[in-house]
Amino acid sequence: MRVNFTVNGRPQEADDVWEGESLLYVLRERLGLPGSKNACEQGECGSCTVRLDGVPVCSCLVAAGQVEGREVVTVEGLADFAKERAEHAGCDSGACGTSLDAAKRWEAKPGQDSQTGEGVELSPIQQAFIDAGAVQCGFCTPGLLVAADEMLERNPSPTDADIREALSGNLCRCTGYEKILDAVRLAAARQGEAV
Amino acid sequence: MDFLRPASWEEALAAKAEHPTAVPIAGGTDVMVEINFDHRRPEYLLDLNRIELLREWEVGEENVRLGASVPYTTIMENLRAELPGLALASHTVASPQIRNRGGVGGNLGTASPAGDAHPALLAAGAEVEVESVRGSRFIPIDEFYTGVKRNALAPDELIKTVHVKKADGPQQYSKVGTRNAMVIAVCAFGLALHPETRTVRTGIGSAAPTPIRAKEAEAFLNAALEEGGFWDNGKIITPSIAKQFADLCSGAANPIDDVRGTAKYRRHAVGIMARRQLGWTWEQYRGTGRTLEGAA
Repeated sequence: MRVNFTVNGRPQEADDVWEGESLLYVLRERLGLPGSKNACEQGECGSCTVRLDGVPVCSCLVAAGQVEGREVVTVEGLADFAKERAEHAGCDSGACGTSLDAAKRWEAKPGQDSQTGEGVELSPIQQAFIDAGAVQCGFCTPGLLVAADEMLERNPSPTDADIREALSGNLCRCTGYEKILDAVRLAAARQGEAV
Repeated sequence: MDFLRPASWEEALAAKAEHPTAVPIAGGTDVMVEINFDHRRPEYLLDLNRIELLREWEVGEENVRLGASVPYTTIMENLRAELPGLALASHTVASPQIRNRGGVGGNLGTASPAGDAHPALLAAGAEVEVESVRGSRFIPIDEFYTGVKRNALAPDELIKTVHVKKADGPQQYSKVGTRNAMVIAVCAFGLALHPETRTVRTGIGSAAPTPIRAKEAEAFLNAALEEGGFWDNGKIITPSIAKQFADLCSGAANPIDDVRGTAKYRRHAVGIMARRQLGWTWEQYRGTGRTLEGAA
């Protein structure tokens, strides 16, 4: 079947989708957006977390057919999403976001350092993860970024308990949780300064 | 496999009548796991996400009408006063991502003895409104669970609304697991005081082939509270009554040994939860505030 939906602000069309296929599979294998990670396939690990109509969900548990006509934001679109949110309080126009082609063509440019984030435009939460040393193997990072970004949108000054709860569905097996908490606190603090 | 995408409730009922083997999918947090792991290859998936009425809820005079797909997040954020037990249970479901998708209809459809909502529904008192093209009927929650992962639904029926009695007294819910999130209950317990009828109701999860009430324990406690005039005098419940109640709750459980825990441990833990919850809810009842909100 064919599924039409919006990914990172751009309309997309996925063809030859199997009826039992997950949104995660469509994103990774059909649209070439491998940012959302495939680990447990049962909603335990959160590494496939995306926003579905603004709500964080495990994309491995959403049937592809269920996203027809709906809006998805993945980690690939997080920087643009955060920018739009900061500038226009949302992305209702549909004109924002990284185009699929641009996302596919993406590569680190000279002068850009993917480890320090230097020269690369990142969302505040992504920058905070780098600055706090919250990225180890990196596999859980995309899901954590999407979940943490959504929490900070809802709750600009979270307590530690709020952070722990918001990230309770995201597993890190390097067990870098302390640094991850540091990163979210840092992003929250920077968000507070900016206002 | 076919993906059926009804735009209305009537279309969904018609589709289910035409294809009784169709597997309804709403939050997908159970169904997609089975499909991802190749444990299930349904001929038809019946997507219920486009049906608005399943996501609606309304607080009435006596009941809360809860659409089958109302996400747990909505319940815990909006219904803490009306459904304190279910709101607490909702908060223990998996993780924010799962609570954003899953709802009580899915718990009832799957009818796993470990479903988090069941003990709260049993304790509060609820009816499940199911419908098919033949008409609708209300199934009392006590008659809904018929076996391990079996329920009273006919093949052509869908779960529409869960009518849960509004709390008329304090309610509690707790669950045993290895951490505070992403836990399938080792066992769970729910307790509701109903001062209006001067009764107490219970619910036990993950400690019998189906979710159950500890009816003997309820009868004992109801009689003991009546006899001692406790509902009127608001005195502290004597430890011997609490112990007897806890023992009877333990006795009502009929658990098995499995990877998550032993039968012996489950029986023990059910008794502990019963005693503690009786203490918490009774303190709340006696307290001047007599607040109906659950304590997380």
